[in-house]
Amino acid sequence: MNYISLKNNQTIPVSNIPELDYASFLELNLSFVKSSSCHCVNYFGFPHAGKIKLICSIADDELQSVRVSSSVVDAKQPLPSFTKQNLVFEKFEREIHENFGIPYKDHPWLKPVRFPFNQANKKIGIADYPFFNIESEELHEVGVGPIHAGIIEPGHFRFICNGEQILHLEIQLGYQHRGIEQLFLEKKKLLQRITLAENISGDSVAGHTTAFVNLWESLCNYQPGKDLQLARTLAMELERVAVHTGDLSAMCTDVAYQLGSAVFGRLRTPVINFFQKWCGNRLAKGLIRVGKTNFPFSNELGDELTKLFDDFEKDFEGMSEELFELPSALARFEKTGVIATDQAATIGTVGMSARMSGISRDIRSSHPHDFYIELQHEPIIKHHGDVYSRAQIRKEEIRQSIRYIRQLIQNVPQETDNLQQLSSPQPNSFTIALTEGWRGEICHCAITDETGELAHYKIKDPSFHNWLAVGLAVRNNEISDFPICNKSFDLSYCGHDL
Amino acid sequence: MLDNLKILLHQGKQYIPDVTTAKVPGIFRGRPVISMEKVNETALIDVCPTNAISINPVCIDLGKCTFCGECAFAFPNKIKFTTDYKIATNDPGKLIIKEGHDESIGLDPELIRAEIYRCFSGSLKLRQVSAGGDNSCELELNACGNVNFDMGRFGIEFVASPRHADGIVITGPITTNMAEPLQICYDTIPEPKIIILAGTDAISGGIFEGSKALNRGFLTRYKIDLYVPGNPIHPLTFINGILDLIKKRK
Repeated sequence: MNYISLKNNQTIPVSNIPELDYASFLELNLSFVKSSSCHCVNYFGFPHAGKIKLICSIADDELQSVRVSSSVVDAKQPLPSFTKQNLVFEKFEREIHENFGIPYKDHPWLKPVRFPFNQANKKIGIADYPFFNIESEELHEVGVGPIHAGIIEPGHFRFICNGEQILHLEIQLGYQHRGIEQLFLEKKKLLQRITLAENISGDSVAGHTTAFVNLWESLCNYQPGKDLQLARTLAMELERVAVHTGDLSAMCTDVAYQLGSAVFGRLRTPVINFFQKWCGNRLAKGLIRVGKTNFPFSNELGDELTKLFDDFEKDFEGMSEELFELPSALARFEKTGVIATDQAATIGTVGMSARMSGISRDIRSSHPHDFYIELQHEPIIKHHGDVYSRAQIRKEEIRQSIRYIRQLIQNVPQETDNLQQLSSPQPNSFTIALTEGWRGEICHCAITDETGELAHYKIKDPSFHNWLAVGLAVRNNEISDFPICNKSFDLSYCGHDL
Repeated sequence: MLDNLKILLHQGKQYIPDVTTAKVPGIFRGRPVISMEKVNETALIDVCPTNAISINPVCIDLGKCTFCGECAFAFPNKIKFTTDYKIATNDPGKLIIKEGHDESIGLDPELIRAEIYRCFSGSLKLRQVSAGGDNSCELELNACGNVNFDMGRFGIEFVASPRHADGIVITGPITTNMAEPLQICYDTIPEPKIIILAGTDAISGGIFEGSKALNRGFLTRYKIDLYVPGNPIHPLTFINGILDLIKKRK
C-alpha cells in the first residue's frame, strides 16, 4: 500500500510511512480529497538527509482514520503543485515554499505565510510586501494594521474599495511569529515544551495543550487514567463556553449593542473564575500536564460548577433571546459576511468556519479522543454562512457544551493513585494528535530521531485554514461591516504565525 | 424596551466596589514567598521552565516567572504562592523576590516622573500594542474594561490611535516583525508618555526568551514606567499597578 492509516494519537515508526516518488505522492493525495469526507489536516516538510521529506496527512472522517504518505524531494527542483488541481492545499504549499524555497511550477499564488526568521528567501521582509493593487481613479485602498484600534493581535488588512463597498481584501500575517516550532526543538525540558504549547494561542490553551499531552503520552507509550481524560475534556468544553460567551459580547460591541456587550461580557467572568478556582489561572494555564495533574477535579468543584451553570443559563438564555430577536442586531448579522458552501469547500475551511456553511467538520465526532468517545458528539451545522450563522453556532455550542459538562461531572473518576512512570519518547517515530479547539481542528505532529529526541514538531492551528475565508467573506460588504465580519470568525493571529 | 430594562435590573451592580481590597477567588498564584529552608538548589533551579529561580540567595524573578507553580509543588516547604495580586512595580529590582522576605511589592515613588501625576492622575488614555502576545494578556486587558473590573471609572481607557494616547501598553515578547510597527507607534504618541509592560513575555520574553524570531531592542532604548507580571496578567494586578503609578505623589 502506498499510504498508512493511523488513528488519532497513534505513534508509528517513521519508516512505516511509505515513501513515494513525487508524481505518485501527488496523484494519491489529490485522489483522497476528491471524497467529501476526506480533508487534509497537515502537509509539511522537514530537512532530511540533505533533502526535504514531505509528509501529507489526510483525515477520513467517516472511517475515523488519517492516511499518511510521504515523498523526498530536492529543495531546488521545480515541482508541479497539488494546488493547481485542488485549492485546499494552497496554504500548505505556500508554507513549504516559504520554509524551504521549493519552486512550485504552477502554484497560482505563492504569497508569504508568516515571514519566519528561518525563511528560505532572506531578502523579503514583512514591511515591503507588495499588496495586490488596482490602478483606478475611482477605487481607493484602505490599510488597517498591523496595530488595530482595539486590544487584539496584529495583522495587516489591505482593502480595495469602491466608496463604502469592499471589492477585495488581502490579509498579511506574520507579525506574531515567535519561532515556536524551533523552540520546541531547542527547549528540551518537558515543562518548557508544555509551557510553549500553552502559549501557542492563549485563548486556546486547553485545545493546544491537550493535543500536546495526547501526542507526548502516545510517544512515551503512556495511557492516561480516566481522571486525566475527564479533566482534559472538561477543560476543553469549559474553554469553549468561556470564549464563545466572550465572542458574543464582542460581536454585540461591533454592532453597537451595548446591553449585549455588557451582559455577555460579565457572563464570561464566572466561567473563567472557575478555571481560577480549579487551577489558579483564569485561562487554564498550568492545568494540563503530561502524565499527571497538579489540580485534580473533585466532586466539590463539580458542585460549584453545577451551581455556576444554573445561574449562568438563566442570564444567558434571557440575553440570547433578546439579542436574537432584536431587529437592529439581526439587520447587521443577517446576510453579512457570507461564505457559501462551495466557497468553504474550495478553501478547505475547518471547525466553526466550515460548520457555519453546512460542512460537517468536527474532530470531536470524526476522530474522538478522551471522553469525547463517550459523549458521542453531534456537530452543530448551520447553512447560511453569514454572521448570523456564526452567532447561532456559538449560542448553540454554548448550550451543547454546558449539557456535556453537566453529563461529565455526574461521574467524576477517582484520582489515579499509582501513576505509571513516564518512559522516554520512542525513537524514529511519528505521532499525530488532533483535537477540536473552539475554533476548529488543531493538529500537532512530532517526529523523533534515533535517540528519541524531537527532530521536528509541526503545529497546525485551525486559523491556518480559515484566514482566507475572512478575505472572501467581506467582499461586497460595506467597510463598516468589516469589524463584525472579522469578529464573527475570531481567528487566531498567533496560532497562524506560531 | 421593557425586556431590556428587565435584564438591566436583573444584572444589578456588577462592578467590584473596591479594586484595591478585592479578594481573588480560588487558588490564584500571586506573589510567592520563599522560606529559609535548605533544599537541593540544583534541583530547584532545574524545575523552572524559564530560569526564573536563582541561588545565593534563593530568588524568583517575577519578570521571568510563568506562575506555573511547579516549583511550589516540587518544594512545598520552600516556595508558596500567595493570593497577593498587587505585584506590579516600576522598579525591576522589586520583581526579584528573595528568600525570607514577605513584604508586598509596591512602586518606588522616587522613580515616578513628576509629570505622570500632574498630567495623568485623573485621566490616562493608553494604546495597546500586541507585539507577539498570545492573546491571553489581551483578553485580560479587555476584561479590565468590562463591567466587573471597570477601570473606566478611574479615567483609565484604551484608545484607538497613538495620537490620542498618553502611553503604550506592550504585551508579547516583541517579535522581529513587530519591532518596527511598535517603534512607529511609540514615536507617534505625544509627550509626555509612559511605557507599561504587561505580562511575563513582555518583561523578559517568557518562554520565548532566546528565540531568533524576537527583537527586543526597543526596550533597551527607553525607561519603563510600569512592569505588570503575570501569565496572563490578572486585571486587578494591572488596575492596581496603574492606580499606584498615577495617583502616588512623590
